[in-house]
Amino acid sequence: MQQRASAGVNDFAIKLANVNGTGSASANGLLMQSMFRMGVPVSGKNLFPSNIQGLPTWYEIRVNKSGHTSRAVDYDLMVAMNAQTYDRDIREVRAGGYVLYDSSWPLAPELRRDDVEFIGVPLAHLCNEHFLDARERILMKNIAYTGALVALLNIEEPVVEQLLSETFAGKEKLRASNQKALHLGYEHAMAHYRCPLPFHLERMQGNEGKILIDGNTATALGCLYAGATVAAWYPITPATSVMDNFKTFCDKYRRDPETGKNNYLILQAEDELAAIGMVIGANWNGARAFTSTAGPGLSLMNELLGLAYYAEIPAVVVDVQRVGPSTGMPTRTQQADILESAYASHGDTKHILLFPGHPGECFDFAVRAFDLADRFQTPVILLSDLDLGMNDWVVPRLTWDDAYRPDRGRVLSADELEQISAFYRYTGEDEHHVAARSLPGVHPRGAYLTRGSGHNRFGGYTETPDEYREVMDRLARKHRAAARAVPPPVIERQEGAQMALVTVGSCDPAVREAVDLLAQRGIRANYMRLRGFPFDQGVTDFLYEHDLSFVVEQNRDAQLRALLVLETCVPKDRLRSVREYGGFPLSATQVVDEIASQLER
Amino acid sequence: MPSIVKPVVMHPGLQRNELGLTVRDYEGAMSTLCAGCGHDSVTAALIRALWESSIAPHMIAKMSGIGCSSKTPAYFAAGAHGFNSAHGRMPAIATGANAANRDLIYIGVSGDGDSLSIGLGQLCHAIRRNLRMVYIIENNGVYGLTKGQFSASADIGSKPKRGEPNRLAPIDPVTLGLSLGATFIARSFSGDKAQLVPILRAAIAHRGFALLDVISPCVTFNDHEGSTKSYRYTREHRIVATQSDFVPPAGEILASVAEGDAADVAMHDGSVVRFRAVPEGYDPRDRQAVYSYLQQRQEQGEVVTGLLYVDESVGDLHEVSNTSDTPLARLPYEQLCPGAAALEQLQRSFV
Repeated sequence: MQQRASAGVNDFAIKLANVNGTGSASANGLLMQSMFRMGVPVSGKNLFPSNIQGLPTWYEIRVNKSGHTSRAVDYDLMVAMNAQTYDRDIREVRAGGYVLYDSSWPLAPELRRDDVEFIGVPLAHLCNEHFLDARERILMKNIAYTGALVALLNIEEPVVEQLLSETFAGKEKLRASNQKALHLGYEHAMAHYRCPLPFHLERMQGNEGKILIDGNTATALGCLYAGATVAAWYPITPATSVMDNFKTFCDKYRRDPETGKNNYLILQAEDELAAIGMVIGANWNGARAFTSTAGPGLSLMNELLGLAYYAEIPAVVVDVQRVGPSTGMPTRTQQADILESAYASHGDTKHILLFPGHPGECFDFAVRAFDLADRFQTPVILLSDLDLGMNDWVVPRLTWDDAYRPDRGRVLSADELEQISAFYRYTGEDEHHVAARSLPGVHPRGAYLTRGSGHNRFGGYTETPDEYREVMDRLARKHRAAARAVPPPVIERQEGAQMALVTVGSCDPAVREAVDLLAQRGIRANYMRLRGFPFDQGVTDFLYEHDLSFVVEQNRDAQLRALLVLETCVPKDRLRSVREYGGFPLSATQVVDEIASQLER
Repeated sequence: MPSIVKPVVMHPGLQRNELGLTVRDYEGAMSTLCAGCGHDSVTAALIRALWESSIAPHMIAKMSGIGCSSKTPAYFAAGAHGFNSAHGRMPAIATGANAANRDLIYIGVSGDGDSLSIGLGQLCHAIRRNLRMVYIIENNGVYGLTKGQFSASADIGSKPKRGEPNRLAPIDPVTLGLSLGATFIARSFSGDKAQLVPILRAAIAHRGFALLDVISPCVTFNDHEGSTKSYRYTREHRIVATQSDFVPPAGEILASVAEGDAADVAMHDGSVVRFRAVPEGYDPRDRQAVYSYLQQRQEQGEVVTGLLYVDESVGDLHEVSNTSDTPLARLPYEQLCPGAAALEQLQRSFV
């Protein structure tokens, strides 16, 4: 396997192996946030089980002064806190690396390795000596290892203390306990080991103007800023935090200060069949409405996505992809809903897709999704994924233009309806092949019967081939027109490039890093990240420029490549496939290894 | 759903309602259902009720799923938007529509297949949310458009035109509604417009979800000897358990109420539902008592009709959710977007 360049200052990866339900998540988040505040580019990947308590869970932190923060798959330091997984965790450390473990109990001799250094900290003993409550003893072990890491990795103590003060503002007793545990670990490490380790942190200025945010929070903010007033959903991992955050933001920003009433309504539906139905009903009636879901929910929504497509009703669906098929692995990441989303529902259907590549785009594209749905009167699916949605990413601070006004598309007002002699729902298409719609309750002249059954351009029922085809052909033209309205691909070229790397969504950091790593080996590649479907001409042109493009994605069946083959005229044999679909976030080394091996063949 | 435009014939003598509209203004396209279909009578009753209640047609939203009954929104209130959606999904679509605009009057028309089989879950949850709407189940015990299969409301022993009698227990929307906490429950018969019209008006005035099970015979597939949803069977087995009048808010209170049996239920909009006659000891506000009465009569093989249960004390989805009085779809964007400064402020906690 291609190894990362050797670890050093502000360039290393650690992995923390924990038992879920023991409170490790807050300790690990504290570590990552401290590193962020020291100005060092950092990423945290939570590899967690579909379980509440007792199963193995891991957290990986990578810092990289050059800003490469895709998942590392070789670790300089393992914090082995889970005896169930000692065996595999200790094996994962690179030769010359370190293992931090709880030395309250001896480590079985067969677990020892000669090529790594073991750092024993008697965490359980320390916590049992200093804390009385049983639950507190378990929780504080996490803070104690955090303290040891503060010493070993040269994390600035005031930064950690400040974070503790912020977290436990108004809870002085808790803050003091955490502070005490932090010191226990810190003092032990300082007294018994050479601190800091050869790889460690030093303050830099890498995070100016940046924030730490996960994609689901950013998506929820986008929906808030877009003016969504109705949201319907069914709880599902990993999309739940989209709606949890939307609710939190609505509580804060959408309660009318005078009346105390809510300028939003969130409906927890009985299932995803109902959730999408509610979204369609609300959009039909003129509200901006959305749902958030994952693959299993999207499968259920297929039926009514076809209705919204055919009856031309806006709808925004956020799909935070997880591992399928079926229930699959709910807490693991994948990009395997691409084809299902593109053609969701029976009959001839095609949808507009947006592919955010980082939380900043989750925010921007969520807003754009509503504009596109209204403009094209059709469902828009925002394809996020678990890595993007649930992990914290470092991105430039989100910005908002107060001059923004929603593009509500062609909606006839009461005055406009008053002035026309007759209204027919699907006549009078504009340059986007969209006809004006009317909303219920506005004017009697706007009345018509919306239907998912065969209809002609007047909105009337039809079983006549020509009338049916006329509407369907316009829908095809409308979908093609959306190619010019979706965000264009991100393209980065380099001098003398012999090939291209093409990717989508959360693969972005790994593939960018792969481009750099390949360049170090003398392989120059241009880069394209797709951001919308239907594909615009720029996508086809870029692919034609290259005899060879590697399409990098996280699913077994090369779904993005398949979509490119179907929806562009680029010859199939120019597109090779690089796929990683085991469920963990993509790493640059996986991409480089696979490309190198295909080039050698 | 083929629809034929109905010629507009204006009779100068036609009575006008408070909006100055005649009953013709509440009609729709010509029905394409079979001649004699019960659903057309329900449509006629709806037209009458909407006209009598002076609902502006464009403030009505007609919601339906799929099936013979779901075609009928084309046949009334041509001046209203309608949504002939997907099989069994009307309750969810109506929920979303209502969420967006609480000012409209929602008239849902469904059937026993649409509501008691494919859409049973959604119906239950619409009841649970006390969504403000009129929900009519045009109940004929069979699937018409697919040519006569039994539906979930078919009674044990009911005979099809061909083949074996039904052996499975029926799902009764009235007892279902009672057990789920529905706040307005009625059963009627398409052949009794005099009973149906005031019930529909009360349903329109109701604060929440109004469930109407209307026995509406299918002349083509379920109106024969041995059927328990035929015109003849319904006429022979039906009892009119309660008799109620609808007194609109500004309406004159007539003194012709039978003493003793009378009970007034004040509706949320100021109108009154006046029970002229109810069985001895029957209280349409007592869920348990209504349930026991229904069980007893049904054991006797009787089809109980009338406005059976009303509870005006429970808030609808919007009241429970504390939603803005202005329909959400009408809120100006300026009221919805927190703006750049708030975003800047919020992000101070994201470091």
